[in-house]
Amino acid sequence: MIWQQLQSLAGSYPLALRGLGMTVLLSLISLVLGTLLGFALGILRTGGNRLISGLIGAWVDLIRGTPFLVQIFLIFFILPEFGIELDAFTAGIIALTNLAACFICEIVVAGIRSVPTGQVEAALASGLSRWQRMRQVVLPQAMRIVLPPLVGQYVLLIKDSSVVSAIGLTDLTRVGWLVVQRVPNGLLVFFLVGAGYFIVCYPLIMLARRLEQRMGAAHGEVQL
Amino acid sequence: MLENFSFRTIVEYLPLFGQGLVTTVWLSALSFVGALIVGIVLCAMNLQRGWLFRAPAKAYIDAVRATPLLAQLYFLYFGLPRLGFVLPELVVGILALSLNSGAYIAEIIRAGILSIPRGQVEASVASGMTYVQRMRLVVLPQAFKVTIPPLLGQAIVLVKDSALLSLISVSELTRAGQLLASDRFMPAEGFLTIAAFYLLLYYGLKGLAGLSSRWLGTAGART
Repeated sequence: MIWQQLQSLAGSYPLALRGLGMTVLLSLISLVLGTLLGFALGILRTGGNRLISGLIGAWVDLIRGTPFLVQIFLIFFILPEFGIELDAFTAGIIALTNLAACFICEIVVAGIRSVPTGQVEAALASGLSRWQRMRQVVLPQAMRIVLPPLVGQYVLLIKDSSVVSAIGLTDLTRVGWLVVQRVPNGLLVFFLVGAGYFIVCYPLIMLARRLEQRMGAAHGEVQL
Repeated sequence: MLENFSFRTIVEYLPLFGQGLVTTVWLSALSFVGALIVGIVLCAMNLQRGWLFRAPAKAYIDAVRATPLLAQLYFLYFGLPRLGFVLPELVVGILALSLNSGAYIAEIIRAGILSIPRGQVEASVASGMTYVQRMRLVVLPQAFKVTIPPLLGQAIVLVKDSALLSLISVSELTRAGQLLASDRFMPAEGFLTIAAFYLLLYYGLKGLAGLSSRWLGTAGART
């Protein structure tokens, strides 16, 4: 009985591979785009302009305050009403990128605010331009605070990518859902699905933990 | 554009949304209580010195944190009947949310307990307190202060996560939006309305987290 199921599962391994590929692809694209956008939003938010800063803050709050599933539905079903036709993949990328950007924005803001004002003033006094100040003085120091939660955010992103299966993308979770219709052993099927995510996420969790320890130690040195 | 946006339909479906909101609130509250119990047990196991309790607790926490809630939900939904437990979707959902959030809460409580300076524990040992007295009179009251804001943050996460239960057809708030979207082909009306309801819950809990950290005099909550 269990042997038959294993054989039947082995038959669906190309599908599983495709699902894993889809999960990795979705996460990777939105990770890169979300990081870029998140840093841009974070820098803009800490810039002097009140209006821009307020708008970004409000948008981030809206995204943090609603379930990701609802955001996906909104993007997938409502953007077409504005004349923007989307396939499920693009909708998934947009939703994930937006989510990642909003959370990374908050992380970057916390990092930038952690840099002592004396540093910024010194940079100003040395006649650095706004962009030089950000790139050469503030960001390198902010990275210490930013890096550990950033990696943690990537783990969340990979996990959240499972939710896009709700609009029919064949990612790893969706593959599990498809296979379980044929092989009625939910425990085994979703154990394997979980293992797939675990292999991708666990090293990242370890990395985040190690970064936290290292950066914490480094930070302590500076404060002495 | 949304020129056909029908507030009338939203009003017509308001009882359905109301029911969904109420269900989301009480099932989240119940799951949060469950998660607290799971979290406290896991944390107690994790703080033991021997590996016999610590290893399984650590493995469980890592396994939960490295896999998506949706996969965990399907694991229970498709897996429990296999073990002979045929439960209603709602119960499976509450179970999944409790088991998932419990792992995060265990880490929050642990961080709270470990934040108590070592000297406090040593002082209470020196005063001749038993383990239980030490925990009850010295460590836990102080840890409590530090854990309340992040616990409220976890409550916010839990409420948002509960939207996934709509995928195993629990009739909560998101499900109400889906019904309006599919019955009347009005996704905008359905999903924008539930988004507004979720925001209501979010700002409520966020306000509570802010108040609590002001009362307790601790740093802001992470939400």
